[in-house]
Amino acid sequence: MASEPHVETSPEVSDEIRQTTCYMCACRCGINVHVRDDKIRYIEGNRDHPINKGVLCAKGSAGIMQHYSPARLKQPMKRVGPRGSGEFEPISWDEALTIATDWLAPVREKDPKKLAFFTGRDQSQALTSWWAQQFGTPNFAAHGGFCSVNMAAGGIYTIGGAFWEFGAPDWDLTEMFVLFGVAEDHDSNPIKIGLGKVKGRGKRVVSVNPVQTGYAAISDDWYGITPGTDGLLIMSLIRELMRSGNIDVDYLRRYTNAPWLVIRNPGAADEGLFLRGADGEPQVIDRLTGAVISCKTKNVSAAMHGEVPLSSGGVATPVFMLMTETYMVDAYSPDTVASTVGISAARIRQFAADLADAAFAKEVVINQPWTDWKGEKHETMVGRPVSMHSMRGISAHSNGFQTCRALHVLQLMLGSIEVPGGWRFKPPYPKPPEAHPKPAGKPDQVQAGKPLTGAPLGYVLGPDDLLINSEGEPQRIDKAYSWDAPMAAHGLMHMVISNAVAGDPYHVDVLFMYMANMAWNSSMNTRGVMEMLTEKNSDTGEYKIPKLIYSDAYSSEMVAYADLILPDTTYLERHDAISLLDRPICEADAVADAIRWPVFPPDRDVRGFQSVLIDLGARLGLPGMVDEDGSPKYADYEDYIINHEREPGIGPLAGFRGNGEKSGRGEPNPGQIEAYKANGAFWHKDIPEEGRYYKMANMAYQEFAVEMGIYDTAQPYAFQIYSETLQKFHLAAEGHGNIQPPEHLRSRIKTCFTPLPTWYAPFEGEAVSDEEYPIHALTQRPMAMYHSWGSQNPWLRQIHGHNPMFIPQGLADDHGLSDGDWIWVTSHHGKIRVPVAIMAGLNEKTIWTWNAIGKRKGAWQLEEDAPEAKKGFLMNHLIKELLPAQADGQRWSNSDPITGQAAWFDLKVKIEKANPNEPAVASPQFPALPRMHAVDSEPVKTLRYGLQWTVKDKKVWRGK
Amino acid sequence: MHPAWSIIFFTSISGLGLGLAGLIVLGLLDLSLFSHLLIASFAVFGLIGAGLLSSTLHLGHPERAWRALSQWRSSWLSREGVLAVLVLASLACWFLFTLFFGPPPLWCGILILLMIVATVYATSMIYGSLKTVACWHHPLTPVCYLMFSACGGSVASLTMLALFGQPTPQMLKEITLTFLVGAWTLKYAWWWALDNRGSASNIETATGLGTIGKVRSLMPPHTSENYLQKEMGFVVARRHAIKLRYISIFFGALLPIVCVIFGGSSAGILSMATIFYIIGIFVERWLFFAEAKHVVTLYYGDEQLSISS
Amino acid sequence: MTSLPEPSAIKLGLVIDLDICVGCQACVVNCKEWNTSGYGAPLSDESAYGAQPSGSWLNRVHAFEAGVGEDAKTVHFPKSCLHCEDAPCVTACPTGASFKRAEDGIVLVNEDWCIGCGLCAWSCPYGAREMDPAEGVMKKCTLCVDRIYNENLPEEDRVPACVRTCPTSARHFGDFGDPNSDVSIMVAERGGYDLLPEQGTKPVNKYLPPRPRRQSNDESVSLLAMADAATPKGFWRWMDSTLEKLG
Ligand SMILES: Nc1nc2c(c(=O)[nH]1)N[C@H]1C(S)=C(S)[C@@H](COP(=O)(O)OP(=O)(O)OC[C@H]3O[C@@H](n4cnc5c(=O)[nH]c(N)nc54)[C@H](O)[C@@H]3O)O[C@H]1N2
Ligand SMILES: Nc1nc2c(c(=O)[nH]1)N[C@H]1C(S)=C(S)[C@@H](COP(=O)(O)OP(=O)(O)OC[C@H]3O[C@@H](n4cnc5c(=O)[nH]c(N)nc54)[C@H](O)[C@@H]3O)O[C@H]1N2
Ligand code: SF4
Ligand code: SF4
Ligand code: SF4
Ligand code: SF4
Ligand code: SF4
Ligand SMILES: [Mo]
Repeated sequence: MASEPHVETSPEVSDEIRQTTCYMCACRCGINVHVRDDKIRYIEGNRDHPINKGVLCAKGSAGIMQHYSPARLKQPMKRVGPRGSGEFEPISWDEALTIATDWLAPVREKDPKKLAFFTGRDQSQALTSWWAQQFGTPNFAAHGGFCSVNMAAGGIYTIGGAFWEFGAPDWDLTEMFVLFGVAEDHDSNPIKIGLGKVKGRGKRVVSVNPVQTGYAAISDDWYGITPGTDGLLIMSLIRELMRSGNIDVDYLRRYTNAPWLVIRNPGAADEGLFLRGADGEPQVIDRLTGAVISCKTKNVSAAMHGEVPLSSGGVATPVFMLMTETYMVDAYSPDTVASTVGISAARIRQFAADLADAAFAKEVVINQPWTDWKGEKHETMVGRPVSMHSMRGISAHSNGFQTCRALHVLQLMLGSIEVPGGWRFKPPYPKPPEAHPKPAGKPDQVQAGKPLTGAPLGYVLGPDDLLINSEGEPQRIDKAYSWDAPMAAHGLMHMVISNAVAGDPYHVDVLFMYMANMAWNSSMNTRGVMEMLTEKNSDTGEYKIPKLIYSDAYSSEMVAYADLILPDTTYLERHDAISLLDRPICEADAVADAIRWPVFPPDRDVRGFQSVLIDLGARLGLPGMVDEDGSPKYADYEDYIINHEREPGIGPLAGFRGNGEKSGRGEPNPGQIEAYKANGAFWHKDIPEEGRYYKMANMAYQEFAVEMGIYDTAQPYAFQIYSETLQKFHLAAEGHGNIQPPEHLRSRIKTCFTPLPTWYAPFEGEAVSDEEYPIHALTQRPMAMYHSWGSQNPWLRQIHGHNPMFIPQGLADDHGLSDGDWIWVTSHHGKIRVPVAIMAGLNEKTIWTWNAIGKRKGAWQLEEDAPEAKKGFLMNHLIKELLPAQADGQRWSNSDPITGQAAWFDLKVKIEKANPNEPAVASPQFPALPRMHAVDSEPVKTLRYGLQWTVKDKKVWRGK
Repeated sequence: MHPAWSIIFFTSISGLGLGLAGLIVLGLLDLSLFSHLLIASFAVFGLIGAGLLSSTLHLGHPERAWRALSQWRSSWLSREGVLAVLVLASLACWFLFTLFFGPPPLWCGILILLMIVATVYATSMIYGSLKTVACWHHPLTPVCYLMFSACGGSVASLTMLALFGQPTPQMLKEITLTFLVGAWTLKYAWWWALDNRGSASNIETATGLGTIGKVRSLMPPHTSENYLQKEMGFVVARRHAIKLRYISIFFGALLPIVCVIFGGSSAGILSMATIFYIIGIFVERWLFFAEAKHVVTLYYGDEQLSISS
Repeated sequence: MTSLPEPSAIKLGLVIDLDICVGCQACVVNCKEWNTSGYGAPLSDESAYGAQPSGSWLNRVHAFEAGVGEDAKTVHFPKSCLHCEDAPCVTACPTGASFKRAEDGIVLVNEDWCIGCGLCAWSCPYGAREMDPAEGVMKKCTLCVDRIYNENLPEEDRVPACVRTCPTSARHFGDFGDPNSDVSIMVAERGGYDLLPEQGTKPVNKYLPPRPRRQSNDESVSLLAMADAATPKGFWRWMDSTLEKLG
């Protein structure tokens, strides 16, 4: 018998490894780019990296194909045909920057707010927001408003931190991990690593989600909730836990405002505000003496119930009493809520019991002494090992802010935030709203030719902080921080185009956008947005949005609608700072930040957007971007990253400052970027053991945070179960104070702005008839695709080249549908024709599909008959940015009334089977976009990546 | 299974050629005329060779086809290749011998016939040995192949006799009719088995998830079709299959039988018999692939392996 | 080498934990990128930007569901070559291109010998072999034979690419010939099983079943009946005594 062929088991892998940070999504994992002959041989996860610890997701592994995509733009372009036609002329960078300067300089000189500068999934908001501020426009935001501001704001206002990627379960100690409405999220690899740990230890994973895929698929318990009803479920759980005494009273007393006294004086202007001492500190009742004292008094045991008569009339009682009155009512009993939430009362009780069991019967104790902010010493760290995570399933509803707050309150009742086994903050959080700046943009803060007096985005603490004029009218183009969306911490990017076109509140001169596919998947009412972008003023013949500058790296649908294109690099070709000033990559036990650097120099005439922005800033002479003599202060973004100081000693990167030895604070270090590169493109520093839990109250952490430059002084605080800020807005709606909402919003504000979390039915469901539109329609992120970016990737598009509408068996039976049939889905706004697939693990009133798989014909350098355009579809055509008219004729925006968060998931629809004679093509279809001036106008048909090496390496086989 | 034309052509045509060769080497034809010898050898080598050549058409690397002769110890495809080469070589000797010395002794013919039987058996076992395709993995599969080869050979030899103007013995006709009836009866039994035999494999054994409940495929791994789906996922609808079975019997059995019974020694009618037979066998072979369900389809949406209506 | 070797003492393979796999496709794509420019011909893609994109992959993740209604369970299901003990793909191969290594049981294809006849793919019940559309040779999982022994890689990286990249650790690599290896122990403890055992291929790779969903448990629900807190008065009594205990 012949002997085996020889197999070469030790081939050389690559010439060199270059370490940087992935950006196939916003998770920002560390990667090792194996380079051979100056091409990518292989990308793997960096084992030392705090985020991904060596693993890499599907998108990250497909980075090769993103980097070499034929859809990469290759040169600046100016529009020559009509908008939307996709006809462009390539121009030089010099011309492009001159055009941009010529457009922008007069705006700044006349009225800087006529520039609307909105960036998509921007990871350089520290820079972009500063740039907007120096320009002088309040009209800046990134994608948070259409993404998940409800989670961010609900979190900051309640606990001083948020889910997103800003916190994490204590994966190694938790006994029960509960996911509310998460399919993938920004923290994609960390959550997966964590799930593996929790399951690997045999602990319980629970998923509350109408759809059972991905994370929900591996849950030990799945609650297929009816969309938009989580608030009710959570309050029912709170009720059951309270009734049965399964709450952490000591935790509530020490770390939350549950014992704080609230004034109860119905009708009075101070109704519902905290009772404060002369020093302004909230008061509590000393349980032992009955005295009313500051909540900050050391060693006091605060009472959880009691009543203090007030000289001004009325009484004051602890927040906790209000909580019992609010939640221990039949309206929240499992039996009452069961039919609305779509989960049986028995299973709701089971859920509550499981939470109680994990939190109290499985308490974890770490023998680590620590000292709290009052100076009280604790011998151990006691944990309630229940952890939670939530994201857009809750936030993308018009009741999401309050539901998010309710969820945090549930966590607090269990004593499970910042404790061993619970859910923990990642620096720079915890950070209460008071420690954040307030937004700038009041009428007197916006001045011709001058910078804005502060950052455009921030956290308001009451009606006084709103950005409205004396008539109460919105000051920002997106109406953020107006009565439409008072606590809009991230702005409302989804309203910018429609407001600017309608001239409500005003028109803009220039719309400047970066990295957001607004003419396609990031807009509601996609067709409408395309029309608005091409809408002309009938008098002047000018576009209603006269000038549109856009930076993209690829030939996306949006590119066709811009007047001036600033082509960006790929993520492997530019510098980036993943900064503590923005969205860092910290862990619960460490602070960390990271960089990207050009592991390959661009091979086209493209420039990193941040460098372009700095150049543009210098051309416009923006303060901070030019030296005294008017010459550019920074050569490029790299120079800025190294040398810019927000305040002395604090810059974009916290690591390797000074001579490379200083962390957090220290002089700029010319060798900083090199030091990062040598360290795997990231920096991290462990939080001292003593400071790892109870960070909001832990002096060891607070001091560490000051040292790292996260705050200037320690910022300990109590969690805000009861939100005085919400109550202030509520009081204004009741008619108190001199800043009051317009009449048509009063009742809505009264209902929605409650100081304790409340639940109200999602707006779209209320506005349309349940009989006509009985079905909820949702989207989910596919793990192997990133919004619209992924379709240009020949590997990923084989996995998700088109998307079916998943429907439950019951609906399939009702409508006589089987897999592959086509249906019409109709909402109050639009109609789409799509193929179906039947699914068992699905709420019976819900249908869903993958997000952003459908593409416009011709975009992304795909051939026109690509499945993405023929069978793939967008749910967005059914979602309108405005709700149907109210009784008074007003049309509310389809957003959360508190934060302005886009309510994507409030969508209600009906379905009907398509006529079998109709074509099996998704509807609507749009005219094909022409192939862009991108890297390859005729992309290869057959791809054989790596051929040059595999041919070279034929030596693998040395058969006889 | 995807019915590749090259394979259908290969199995049916080389099967026919081998059958014909088997009868020729038994001395059925009088090849004393050089032209007859030439035509017969062309027919035999043409049919077998074309079949073999076409079988290399679907190869990714036909230039390496010779390597396929190496693994006769375990691989039926390799055995088939080796045997086919041996058969061709022996036939060449047989014809040369005939050319120079007249008909070789019968034992030579019998020896070659045995090799032919082995070759057809090996061809059939390429499919018959595949556990993954339950309907092929059946004792009747090689029997059918052998019988069809015999049918093809005998119909074709009758045609040749008629074409050569030689007598078409009644006994040969009776044998031919027996083969035709027998082959199609066995094929019918094979179909019956296909329709009625359950498979031990189903989506539950494929996934091991049956303990949770009835299993179904929710999403394919990729939305775009892959090699496996194209190659193994092809199934003709049951309705069409039944129709095609009758068509194959009509052309492959009924018409040739009528031609043989009523055709006397007419070269025209007997040629028609062969042509009809080839049409019938093409349809039969197409169905042989198209009706076969590969076990891998359980991972791509099928819940069991019987073909559904 | 088409005949199977004597069963090796070392049997390398994978354990796939269906209780943990979230179906993220990381293993699928990382496998593709490692292998497309590594061992053998590239894993090519046809109609890469066109109407019918289709390429060769060595690992694919399916999704199944079992049961109905609230008890339905979605299961993500990765599948690559199972490196069968009785590999029919090897014995069927006419050229000797397909072989099973005597030393560790890895099943490979010698691409220089492969004629692309496809018979091995027909023999494999699991769909673990795919013909490369451009090269016309059979591609299959190599168990990353060019990683697991690769002296140019750090020791800890000498595992298959799919295992190294899997974010949830649903994939484990090891020696099933050693009853004390991690993978053998995992299989013993968790009831690891074979796919299509009736096909007689004796796969080396094993699957760990999803944990059953928990049935409602009255005892734990009774936690909620605790104390006399159910009435407001009782609740405050409970609250006071709790605070009393805490001091
Ligand atoms: N129906 C429905 N719609 C939704 C959602 C939903 O759940 N359902 N989700 C919403 C949410 S949360 C979000 S965040 C949005 C996301 O929507 P978008 O922000 O539009 O996201 P992308 O599709 O990723 O598009 C961003 C653009 O950035 C470009 N880009 C990629 N890389 C680079 C780069 O390096 N530089 C530059 N300059 N450009 C680059 C891409 O080419 C693309 O045109 O979608 C929203 N839309
Ligand atoms: N792979 C990949 N990763 C991504 C992205 C991507 O495009 N691809 N996008 C990134 C972005 S921009 C964002 S914002 C994050 C978002 O990350 P996720 O929050 O995971 O966003 P979605 O995929 O929209 O998931 C929403 C989930 O909520 C469920 N849901 C909907 N309505 C309800 C409800 O009323 N109640 C409950 N309990 N559940 C509900 C849906 O079924 C779905 O599972 O992901 C980021 N990560
Ligand atoms: S999760 Fe994936 S795509 Fe996102 S940064 Fe990490 S590896 Fe890259
Ligand atoms: S899984 Fe398939 S390819 Fe792999 S050894 Fe088994 S039979 Fe062969
Ligand atoms: S395709 Fe290649 S490996 Fe497979 S059986 Fe044919 S020759 Fe052997
Ligand atoms: S072991 Fe290697 S070749 Fe096999 S599936 Fe995993 S990554 Fe792919
Ligand atoms: S990488 Fe892991 S979790 Fe993701 S699909 Fe593969 S096995 Fe499953
Ligand atoms: Mo988002």
